[in-house]
Order: sequence, then C-alpha cells, then structure tokens
Amino acid sequence: MSGSGDQQASKRVRITSPRRGAARRGPTRPVITEIDEQTGVGEVYMAALLRAQLRLSVSVLVAVAAGLGILPLMFLAVPATHELHVWMVPVPWLILGVLVYPVVALTARYYVRHAEAIERDFTDLVDRR
Amino acid sequence: MNASFGIIAITFVCVVTLGIGAFGLRLSRTTSDFYVASRAVSPGWNASAIGGEYLSAASFLGIAGLVYTLGADMLWFPVGYTVGYLVLLVLVAAPLRRSGAYTLPDFAEDRLESVQVRRLCSLLVISIGWLYLLPQFKGAGLALSAVTGAPTWVGGLIVAVVVMANVVAGGMRSITLVQAVQYWLKLTAISIPVFVLLWLWQRHGAPQPHVPTVPGGHEWSRPLSGFGGRDHTVYATYSTLLALCFGTMGLPHVLVRFYTNPDGRAARRTTLVVIGLLGLFYVFTPVYGVLGRVYLPTLPQGVTADSVVLMLPAAISPGLLGELLSALLAAGAFAAFLSTASGLTISVAGVLDQDLLRPRFSARTGGDSVAVQGFRIAAVVAVLIPYVFSLLSVRVGLAETVGLAFAVAASTFCPLLVLGVWWRGLSTTGATAGLATGGLLAMTAVLVTVVGGVHRGWAGALLAQPAAWTMPIAFLVAVVVSITTPSRIPKGTARTMVRLHAPEALNADLAEPTPLSY
Repeated sequence: MSGSGDQQASKRVRITSPRRGAARRGPTRPVITEIDEQTGVGEVYMAALLRAQLRLSVSVLVAVAAGLGILPLMFLAVPATHELHVWMVPVPWLILGVLVYPVVALTARYYVRHAEAIERDFTDLVDRR
Repeated sequence: MNASFGIIAITFVCVVTLGIGAFGLRLSRTTSDFYVASRAVSPGWNASAIGGEYLSAASFLGIAGLVYTLGADMLWFPVGYTVGYLVLLVLVAAPLRRSGAYTLPDFAEDRLESVQVRRLCSLLVISIGWLYLLPQFKGAGLALSAVTGAPTWVGGLIVAVVVMANVVAGGMRSITLVQAVQYWLKLTAISIPVFVLLWLWQRHGAPQPHVPTVPGGHEWSRPLSGFGGRDHTVYATYSTLLALCFGTMGLPHVLVRFYTNPDGRAARRTTLVVIGLLGLFYVFTPVYGVLGRVYLPTLPQGVTADSVVLMLPAAISPGLLGELLSALLAAGAFAAFLSTASGLTISVAGVLDQDLLRPRFSARTGGDSVAVQGFRIAAVVAVLIPYVFSLLSVRVGLAETVGLAFAVAASTFCPLLVLGVWWRGLSTTGATAGLATGGLLAMTAVLVTVVGGVHRGWAGALLAQPAAWTMPIAFLVAVVVSITTPSRIPKGTARTMVRLHAPEALNADLAEPTPLSY
C-alpha cells in the first residue's frame, strides 16, 4: 500500500513520512468471528479452552475418587479405625456421616472458582485482539 | 397413638403445596413457563428448588431405614447422593445449560442430530422416571399408615392426586416455588426432632445402640462387616458409590432444573449451593437409624425399617412431645414425596407430551394452547401408571429401588452426556449403541432384582449393584462403535461444542440457543 508514488519517480515529489504503511495491520478480525466462522484460528482457541476445562475437571474428579475410594480400603485394612472413637462416635461414622460433606462442598467451590477463572482468561484473550 | 396431629400435618403440607401451586398458576402463561419457568430463576431459589426436588422418600425415610437395618456401610448412600452433584458440576453443569435444550432427549437430538437417538432417550427418561416414582408412592403409603393407621394405598393416592393437580395447573413455574419452600420445610422437619431426640437421649444416660436378636450383632456399626447377611460388601460399596456419583447427572428431574438457570455460570453456582444444602440435610438422617437401634431394637410385626424415622419420637418420648415430633416428621416426609414426585412427573410428562402426544395433536391444530393441553394429559398418564405399579407388592426397600434408578441412569445418560459434552468423536451410531447396551444390561439387572428379590453369591451382588460393570461397558461400547463409524459423527459437532463451552461473556452468535423445532 505504501509504494504508490513509484511510477512517478521522474517528477519532483515532496517526500513526507506519514509512516502509515508501517503501522497499519489491515482490517482486524476479532477472534470471536474466527470462532463463529470456525476457521482454523477459532478451532485452536476453542480446543485450548476445552483442554483447560477438561484438565481441571479430570484433576478434581481424580482427587475426589482417590479421597473417597481409599476410605473403604482403609476401613478394611486398618481395623483399628473402628475402635477409635471421638465423642463416643466411631471414626468411620464421623468421617462418612459428617466430615465428608464440608470437604465435598469446598472441592466444589475450588472447581467453580477455577472454571470461572479459565473462562475469564479466555474471554480476556479473545477480547484483547 | 393419636392420629389427629399427623393428619393435620399432612393436610397442611398438601394444602400449602396446592396453594403455592395456585399462586404460581397466575404467573404461568406460555409453554416455556410450563417447562422451565422461562429460564429466569436466581441461583438461591433454584438451588433450594433442586434440593427440594432431590430429597425424596429415599433420603427422608430410606437412609435411616437402611442404616437401621444394615449398619455403617449404608452411610455411603447419602455421601453418594451428594457427591453425585459434585460430579455433575465438574463434568456437565455449565455445558448442559448452554446447550439450551429443555430435556435430555432435546439435548441428545441437538448434539447428535438424530431423531432415533432422541426416541431412545425418551424411552429411558420414562423408564428411569417411573422407576424413581414407584418408591415415592410406596413411601407415601407407608408414612400415612405409620402415622394414622390408614391402608397403604391411601397415602400414594393422596400424593398422586396432589401432584397431578399441581403439575396440571401450573407447570414448572409453580413447581419451582413449591420445591424451594419444600426444601426448607424438609430441613426443618428432619433437624428439629434430631436436636430434641438427642437431648432426650443424653438425659437417658446416652445408651449405646444394641442389636440383640441377631448373632454377631456388634458387627452392625463396623464398615464392610457384611452385617445383615450381605456378602461381597467391598464390591457392593464401590458399585453403589459409582452408581450414585455418576447416576445423578442422568436423572431426568435433575437435569430439567438446570435449564431454569439464566446461564452456564449461574448453573455452576446453583450446583455449588445445592451441594451445601444437601450436605446440611444428610448430616441429620443417619441419626434416626442409630437412635432407632437404641430405642427400637426390634420392629413390630409387619413394619418395615423405612418407618423407623416416623416411629422413633413416640418410642423415645411417649405422649404429646413424641406425637408432635412424629407429625412434624410426617409433614416433612410428605413434602419429600410431593416434591420429588412433582419433579419427576414434569420430566416424564414433558417427554410423553413432546414425543408421543404432540405429534398427534399438531397434526390437527397448532399453537400454544394445544401444546399446554397435551402436557396436561401427559401429566395424568405420567402419575397414574407408576401409582398403579406401586400397589403391587415389591419387596425392595425405598433407598434400594432409588439406587437401581441411579444405576440405570449411570449406565445410559452418563456416557451420553460425558462423551457428548467432551468428545468430538462421538458418532450417532456409537451413542445409540452405548445407550442401548447400557440400558438393556442395567434394566435387566434391575428387573431381576426387583421381581426376583435379592440373590446370594456373586450373581446376586452383580445384579443388585450393576453399575460397576454396566457403566464401563456402556462407555466402552459407545467409544469403540464411534471410532469404527467416523462417517456418522454429526456434521455440526464443532459448532455444537462451541455453543456448549463458550462463556456467555463472549456473546458468540453460537452461544445463543438455536430455536428448537417445536
């Protein structure tokens, strides 16, 4: 776009330096359009979002599965857990009847915060371009 | 025992339910109002409503009954019911809301672009819904006869009539309000007696639970001891946990609630509140099972363990206090039957209406009034059939029947939803094969258990808790068949995935739900 005066090189021309060509990037295409139109760029962005969300979900699930899954094995392998009492309540009853619930709720809160953060980052990324 | 308090309490709950329903009727105008309250319910209300809808006969009476009968292992039931929402939150809550569909079959048709898959899902929604409705009617009969001495068919009939009147009149909008109120009613009804009864128990010198009539009675309080003649307890524990954790997302009445959230973010926040509300409730329920072992070492002839909650106050404190507490518990139990049955009826009726009645109606005329009419007819059918079945004698406890419904949901809708939301490679053929295999295997196991009773040995354990093998098989079949049929991957998959996962803040064109075809 910048070299429009080349053919008229024989004439005297006044040279200025608007530096327009160097600064222009051409019409911007927002990422949102790329996503809407499912171009390669949009696909890359969406795949990244999906991967981030899935990684978060899987890690929370693995943590929950490990935390809950170990309990029956622990009760089975360490019979001493049944004999242990806290305020007259056997420890397995205390864990399954009460303690599980706040832990599950805190895990859920952790997930919601991080899932929203991923979406916020993604939205910022898309809006910035 | 004086029946009048119980009758007053149950009548009160029914009248309040109908009253709020009638109030909601004035707000309910269009088909969208009927199904999903026009998708504008705040997370607080919505979470209370989900909690209200979810805490069924199995939660209110069944858990205490199971703990009473079988001991420590049964504590996994309420844990599983709660963790189910965590799994739902982590895997599908926001994407499902963003899908913009009304029901599970809507989601299936939208994602897989196939009417065949839709029909299969409709069939499964109706099966799971009826399987879950059955114990609600049974529980109602049980509760009413425990409190007033009425024959068992009366309680179920009362619930059936109230639910029908409410759903037929107001649809989801009134139901949302009813459910939300009923959560708090249930929490009050389950918690206040616990405090009073525990205080009395302390005054009696805090006697320990005892199980005198059964050999090895001390095993009752030990996990995995096999108390009550169970074998393969480790397998049963894991399989039950799996069914409850992964079945919750596939329950038809749970999913329809997520569509009433304004957006995906609200759907997540609602689920978070739900987990808190459920945990709060489930801390109280096992206490009844334990106190039952203290004060009711043996049950009278012909009384099932599911009635322990209702009998306990009179056993601890005969007289006015016991009667008042019993009446409060009966009110809470009826709130549980009414709210769960209402939610299930809405879902089953919605599917019956859209997939069976609507095509026939719209052949003659069109328009919203006719659509609502069809929904009302469907609601009557959705209630009556499981009520009639509940009158047949089925010798499986409330929480166990509900557990079987979870197992079917975990083996069918769970693979469909998880793969549908996260895997672009899911083909229409693969989804169909997964649903059919999981559904067939799980339903067979359920029928054998419900009709034939509980068998011993490995066969009995595998059939009574089928999720540990039916769910992985369903996943495997769906994945393998999808990989072998890549040509049947829906053409719009990429577009649907954007709609399911793109945050609303982006305002992508695709984030708006596309208008559905009816």
